[in-house]
Amino acid sequence: MGSGYRQPFKNPVVEWIDSRMPVFTLMQKEYGVFPVPRNFNYFWNFGAIAGVMLVVMIATGIVLAMHYTAHVDYAFDSVERIMRDVNGGWLIRYLHMNGASFFFIAVYIHIFRGMYYGSYKKPRELLWILGVLIFLLMMATAFMGYVLPWGQMSYWGATVITNLFSAIPLVGDSIVSWLWGGFSVDNPTLNRFFALHYLMPFVIFAVVFLHVWALHVPGSNNPLGIEPQTEKDTLSFHPYYTVKDTFGLMVFLLIFAAFVFYAPDYLGHPDNYTPANPLVTPAHIVPEWYFLPFYAMLRAITFNIGIPGTEIVFITAKLGGVIAMFGSILLWFVLPWLDTHPVRSARFRPLYRLFFLILIAVFALLGYIGSQSADAHWGPVPLSLLGLACTGYYYAFFLGILPWLSRYEKAKALPSSIHEAVLKVKAPAAIVILAVLCLASPSARAAGDAVHPPAQHWSFNGPFGTFDRASLQRGLKVYREVCSACHSLDRVHYRNLEALGYDEAQVKAIAAEYTVTDGPNDEGEMFERPARPSDPFKAPFMNENAAKFANNGALPPDLSLIVKARHNGPDYVSGILTGYEPAPEGHELLPGQNWNKYMPGHVIAMAPPLLDGGVAYEDGSPETVEQYSHDVVNFLTWAADPYLEERKRLGISVLIFLAVFAGLMYAVKRRLWSDIH
Amino acid sequence: MTADIKHEGGTRRDFLQLTAGAFGVVGAASVAWPLVNSLNPAKDTLALSTTEIDLAPVQLGQSITVMWRGKPVFIRHRTPEEIQKAQDVDVSALNDKEPDSQRVQKPEWLVVVGICTHLGCVPVGQKTTEERGEYGGWFCPCHGSEYDTSGRIRKGPAPKNLAVPPYEFLTDTLIKIG
Ligand code: FES
Repeated sequence: MGSGYRQPFKNPVVEWIDSRMPVFTLMQKEYGVFPVPRNFNYFWNFGAIAGVMLVVMIATGIVLAMHYTAHVDYAFDSVERIMRDVNGGWLIRYLHMNGASFFFIAVYIHIFRGMYYGSYKKPRELLWILGVLIFLLMMATAFMGYVLPWGQMSYWGATVITNLFSAIPLVGDSIVSWLWGGFSVDNPTLNRFFALHYLMPFVIFAVVFLHVWALHVPGSNNPLGIEPQTEKDTLSFHPYYTVKDTFGLMVFLLIFAAFVFYAPDYLGHPDNYTPANPLVTPAHIVPEWYFLPFYAMLRAITFNIGIPGTEIVFITAKLGGVIAMFGSILLWFVLPWLDTHPVRSARFRPLYRLFFLILIAVFALLGYIGSQSADAHWGPVPLSLLGLACTGYYYAFFLGILPWLSRYEKAKALPSSIHEAVLKVKAPAAIVILAVLCLASPSARAAGDAVHPPAQHWSFNGPFGTFDRASLQRGLKVYREVCSACHSLDRVHYRNLEALGYDEAQVKAIAAEYTVTDGPNDEGEMFERPARPSDPFKAPFMNENAAKFANNGALPPDLSLIVKARHNGPDYVSGILTGYEPAPEGHELLPGQNWNKYMPGHVIAMAPPLLDGGVAYEDGSPETVEQYSHDVVNFLTWAADPYLEERKRLGISVLIFLAVFAGLMYAVKRRLWSDIH
Repeated sequence: MTADIKHEGGTRRDFLQLTAGAFGVVGAASVAWPLVNSLNPAKDTLALSTTEIDLAPVQLGQSITVMWRGKPVFIRHRTPEEIQKAQDVDVSALNDKEPDSQRVQKPEWLVVVGICTHLGCVPVGQKTTEERGEYGGWFCPCHGSEYDTSGRIRKGPAPKNLAVPPYEFLTDTLIKIG
């Protein structure tokens, strides 16, 4: 690296450093004048974009780690503290949460681009293998990161995925208990996952370095898949591709920001806003969207593999699923030897192109299947059967079609050189891949026979949404006079009520209406005192068991996050509050049960809480069940998402900034490239 | 002659290098092992806790869930029909062949670890109002495994029956798990 001839730099400081350690010469060589094929399309942006996302994840992650507590009793609370009390914490966490998804989007496009244009072929096999390794490391890191907030999905996702290893014959169970450090996913598991989640990104960083190194030896592939021959075929990396990459990056960040500020929880799962509970598995467990295709392959194998008609089983269904899932990625490692066709780019291989595009569609379909419940149907077709067919195609593509095409496919004539080829961007392929990736990411919706509550108009909806302060105050009144008899609101403090339009004195007065237990004092006794603004809302019961005992064994959930913890939270909560009906003919209700048309399963322990006229309003608003439920849902939405207004306001500025930046970069790029074309 | 000496020297050098290499490997492995082993369950986790449960309040047909070693244990007070159903099954047709008599100490009390043997979810069916699947036992919502009234796997991807934890009856209605 850098010994031998060196061009002196003009700047004396740079020269002083460079003559002792030629990093500037190295940078100049690898990123400045580095020759790059001149015919990249925009798919070649995603490597750089993925690199930037890695840096975004590491930067936000380090800060989050400074506020996070890796202990089963505090993890969920510490994350909520980040969302509510740490300065700008909600933004950092939403960047990290959505950043993971966008990192995967960039990497998936990058991988499929490599497959489409044959970038894995000689002499770039090692480059490709390092890339697959990065992808595997990313999957492990993302999985462990998802466990850290210690919500229901964290816990059950961790349980299901670690249990995969129990499928290994003989040693499986010992491996699982070694992974857990116990007999179930528990505190030791959370601790080691946190340690590893912090470590892995740096390992990824190191492998990315090797990946780039391995790229800079043979240089980049290009959409034609033929090697550059003369200087006419290449451009220097800077400024041509630095400018083009920056433009692409800005467009990507624009979409990223739109999610962070306007749909931050869309790619996540509402169940993860409920703290982990080892006794209750959520009705519908799904991994994050980027794992769904692989998850579908895991579930596709539901039968033992053995000698038919006998009792002999070689591979149990469970092991079969695990093999199908891990094997699907391991195949990528040997891709350069499965596809040995001399022509790289799918542009000149019509058959390969066709089969590959089908593969992408199948992959997306697998993603959809993975998001649905195990017994879902498409008309008369059980989705698991479709999943099996898709898994079959996936394997057939790599193990059958590719080797076969390698031998028999006749390629179209290749152009003699890059600069002679007519450069047109193949838009269709681009559109197919993008559309497919969008399709692949619908978050799963819980199944259930409940009627969906009607969508209502909420003042906080939309990009400019704000809370209606008067409604918030009325909602607080409804909560205090009705809901708070059974439901706690642990994560909201009296001091937070200033956001509802109360001044300091009013907040003090509201707090002082409650008596809380404090202590021990100097004599070691607990004592009672009026609540202060810094206290959290007083809970109706001493602890969960007391709450259960007072409610026929049903635990009234804490309401701080209820709106976020349900799909279409505001409509759902308001639907439950107004959806009481007499049970239809033929349904027996036990004592203490009620019928609610919007409750999944319809049976609910909570008695109808609201009655017309039950809460007195001072501002003349109608004292009806509808109005009460509307107000209290407004209040609970604020309780779950106190920074909603700030988030939306900030989002506008960020989007405008990025849009202008992207426009500028596009103009710069046009100028720069005008004399090239 | 010279060649022989060379050869002998070569062998000796090979031997020394191999031995040194072996020492290196053994040394590295013995340093690595404590690190790896430290991740296994710690002593406090291992301290096999036992739980005693009074079954007197559990009505016929009811089930309760108790925690043991951080796992839920299902105890079902089976009705005569449920017992009958569990015993009538043709054992040779099962995936995991176990007669009901091997899975219970007293037929009216079924005690099983409430963890699906597929990938570890907690099946539903403890309450009579919950989905119990075709065989009247438990239903796993995660990937659709169904268990019968003896906790045996009957349908779906799970390979084994719900595990029976070690337990003993201290009196007729007092049970000690673990
Ligand atoms: S964990 Fe129960 S069916 Fe998969």
